[in-house]
Amino acid sequence: MKAPLLSWSTRSGRARLYQAALLAAIALAAALLWRNTRQNLTARQIRTGFGFLGQPAGFDIGEGLVRYGPTDTYLLAFAAGIANTLRVAVAGIVLATVLGTLVGLGRLSRNALVRWLCTGYVELLRNVPLIIQLFAWYLVATEILPEASSPIALAPHVYLSKGGLQFPHPVWARGWAWALAAVPPGLAAAWVLARWARARRERTGRGPRLAWPAALLAVAFPVAGWLAGGAPHALELPEVTRFNVSGGVSLTPEFLALLVGLCTFTAAFIAEIVRSGVLAVPHGQTEAAAALGLTPRQATRLVLLPQALRVIVPPLTSQFLNLTKNSSLAVAIGYPDLVSIANTAINQNGQALECIVVIMSVYLAINLVTALGMGWYNRRVALVEG
Amino acid sequence: MEAIAARPDPAAAREPPPAAPGPAAWVRRNLFSSVPSALATLLVGAALVRVLPAAVRWLFTGAVWAPDYEACRRLEYHAACWGFVAEKHRLVLFGRYPFAEQWRPLVATLLVVAALAASAHPRSWRRWLAPAWAVVLAAFFLLVRGGALGLTYVDPGLWGGLPLTVLLTLVGVSASIPIGIVLALGRRSRLPVARGAASLYIEMVRGVPLITVLFVASFVFPLLLPQGLRLDPLARIALAITLFQAAYMAEVVRGGLQALPKGQLEAAASLGLSWWQAQRRVVLPQALVLVIPSFVNSLLSTFMDTSLVTVVSMYDLTGALRLALGDPQWRNFFIEGYLFVGAVYFACCLAMSRYSHWLEKRLGRWARRPEASAA
Repeated sequence: MKAPLLSWSTRSGRARLYQAALLAAIALAAALLWRNTRQNLTARQIRTGFGFLGQPAGFDIGEGLVRYGPTDTYLLAFAAGIANTLRVAVAGIVLATVLGTLVGLGRLSRNALVRWLCTGYVELLRNVPLIIQLFAWYLVATEILPEASSPIALAPHVYLSKGGLQFPHPVWARGWAWALAAVPPGLAAAWVLARWARARRERTGRGPRLAWPAALLAVAFPVAGWLAGGAPHALELPEVTRFNVSGGVSLTPEFLALLVGLCTFTAAFIAEIVRSGVLAVPHGQTEAAAALGLTPRQATRLVLLPQALRVIVPPLTSQFLNLTKNSSLAVAIGYPDLVSIANTAINQNGQALECIVVIMSVYLAINLVTALGMGWYNRRVALVEG
Repeated sequence: MEAIAARPDPAAAREPPPAAPGPAAWVRRNLFSSVPSALATLLVGAALVRVLPAAVRWLFTGAVWAPDYEACRRLEYHAACWGFVAEKHRLVLFGRYPFAEQWRPLVATLLVVAALAASAHPRSWRRWLAPAWAVVLAAFFLLVRGGALGLTYVDPGLWGGLPLTVLLTLVGVSASIPIGIVLALGRRSRLPVARGAASLYIEMVRGVPLITVLFVASFVFPLLLPQGLRLDPLARIALAITLFQAAYMAEVVRGGLQALPKGQLEAAASLGLSWWQAQRRVVLPQALVLVIPSFVNSLLSTFMDTSLVTVVSMYDLTGALRLALGDPQWRNFFIEGYLFVGAVYFACCLAMSRYSHWLEKRLGRWARRPEASAA
C-alpha cells in the first residue's frame, strides 16, 4: 500500500506539506509585490523592459578603457562601468595582497618597532569605515596635492598633482603587437617543458626540475617577438605645461583615491589572514623538515608554504570579493564604476528596477566565477592532503 | 606555578630557561637581534623621530582649540584647527536635529551606551535582558521622536549624526538576528524548498555590495508597496540594512549550528522531542551562546556599514560631517573634521573588537568565530 502523497501522519507527507505551504507563501508574496510594482510603474508612467539599453545615454564618462561619448548607448555605458570596476578591482587586489602580506609578516617580525608599526596600521585601518577613508583620500588628492601646473615629480617623468598621476608609456608599434602575440606560445612552451621535466623526474627519480629554463622560455618568446618587430623603444613622456601635465598615461584623482583607499583598507584584513595562516603551521613542521635534511628554502617552499596557503587562500578570496564589492563606494567620490554609472542612468531614465538588476547580475556573476575557481582550488588542495 | 609543580610527571615540572632579564636584554632581543633587524630599527626609529614631534606639534601643541576662524586662518594649515570641531561639533554629532532639543538624542544615546555596558558581562545574560533592551529601544524612540510626554515631535527626516548611526546599528542588528536564525535553520533544513530558498537569499545578498541594497531601498521599495502606502526614507534604509545584515547573521548562526555536536539533536530526538522542540530547547540555546562573539563582530561591522547611508542622502555621523564641511568658511579644515569623526568611529570599533576578543577567550576555544566561506 502506498502512503498518501500529502499527509500529516507520515514524515515525508509532512515534509511535502510544509514545502508546498512555503512555496505558496513565496509565490503569493512575489505575485503581490509584482502587482504593486506594475501598478506603481503605470501610475508614474515609467517605461519597463531592457529596451533602453540600446538607446543613447546622453552622458559622458570621463575615464576608462572603454572610450565613451554622449551619443553611445546605455549598454556601452554599462560595459564601460564594468571595465572600470574590474580595472580598479584588479589593481587593488594586486597592491592589497602585496601590502597586506608585508604588513602581516611585519606583525610577526622579531623587531619590536616593525611589529608595533604593523599592528598600529592594522588596528587603525580596520576600525575606521572605508567610506571615511575614501573621502579623506579623495580630499587629499584634490585639495592638498599641488596644482597641475606645478606637480610633484616622483621620478623622472612621473608626476603627481591635483590632475592625477601621469607616467610614460611606450608608443604603440608593431614590435609590441608581436611581443603580445608571442605571450601565449611562450607560456605554452614553458608549460610543456616544465611538465616534461616533472614527468621525467617522477619516472626516473633524477634530472633537473628545469623551473628556471621554463620561466626563461616564457619571457624569451615575447622578447623575441619584440626584437623581430623592430625593437621599438619610443616612450610617450608626460610634459609639464603652463596649465597641466599632458601626454603619457594619466590616472585621475578619483581612480587614485579609490585605489589607494581600497588597497590600504583591504591590506589590513589581508595582513591578519596572512598572519594567522603563518601561525597556523605548527613549529614541529619546520623542525621535521630540518630533520629530513631540507634546506630552509626547501622547507619553506615544500612544507610551510603549501600548508599556510591552505589556510590563507579561502579567506583571502573572500577579501578579494570584498574589495570588488567595496569598489562600488566609487559612487561617493565620483569614479565612474558600474554602480555610479547605473546611479546616473537611474536618475536619468527612472528605470531603477532594470538598472539594479544589471548591477546585481554583474556582481553575482563575479561571485559565481570566483566560487567556481575556489571550488577547483579546494579540490586540488584536498587531493594533496589525501 | 603550583599547578605545574603538582603534576606527577617530572618532565613537565621543568621550567623553561629564563629569558635574560632587564631592559637591555629586551632591547637586544627585540630591536638589535640581527643586522637586518638593527637596520629596520634605525630606519623606523629615524622616521619616527622625524615624524612624531611634527605630528604632536600639528595635532596638539601648535593647534588652535577655540572656534576662532581668524586664528585658524592665520595657521595656514601648519597646525590643526580644532576650532572647526569646537564650532561644528553639535552639527557633526546630531546632524540637523533641532538645536534646542539636542539633549534628547544625547540622553537617548547615553542610555544605549549604558545599556550596552550593563549587558556586556556574561553575568547579566539572563532572561530579562531581551525585554530590558526592548524598553531601552522604546525609550530611545520616544526621546528622539517625541510627540508624547510633553516632548515636541521631531520628524525622522531631521534625525542625524551619531544617534542616527546608533539607531540604524541597533535596529539593523536586533531585527536581523531573528531573521538570520530562521534563514540559518532553513539553510540546514532537510526540506529542499526551504534549503533552496534560504540559500538563494543568503548567497544573493552576500554577493552584492551594501550600496546596491541601499539603492533598492530608495528606488525599488517605494514601487513594491501598494499605492497610497508610503514608507519614510529612514524606515526604508533601516529595513534595507536589516535585510542585508540578516544574510550575514544567518551565516554566523549557521556557524554555531555546525559547531554543535550532532549527538545533541539525536539525544533530543531520542527523548521524543519534535524537530521544533529540539531546535528551541536544545540546539538554538547552545548554538547562539557559541556565536555571541560573532554577534559582537556583526554589531561592529553594521556600525561601520551604516556610514554608507550618506550615499543615499541620510545625515548619519559621516553625512553630518559632510553637512558641516558644506560651510564655505570652514570647508578647508576637512582634515580636522575627518580626524574627529574617524576618532569617534575608531574608539567605538576598537572597544567593540577588544570586547569581542575578551568574550571569545572567556567563552572558551569552542566559541571561536567560524571561518567565512569563500563564496
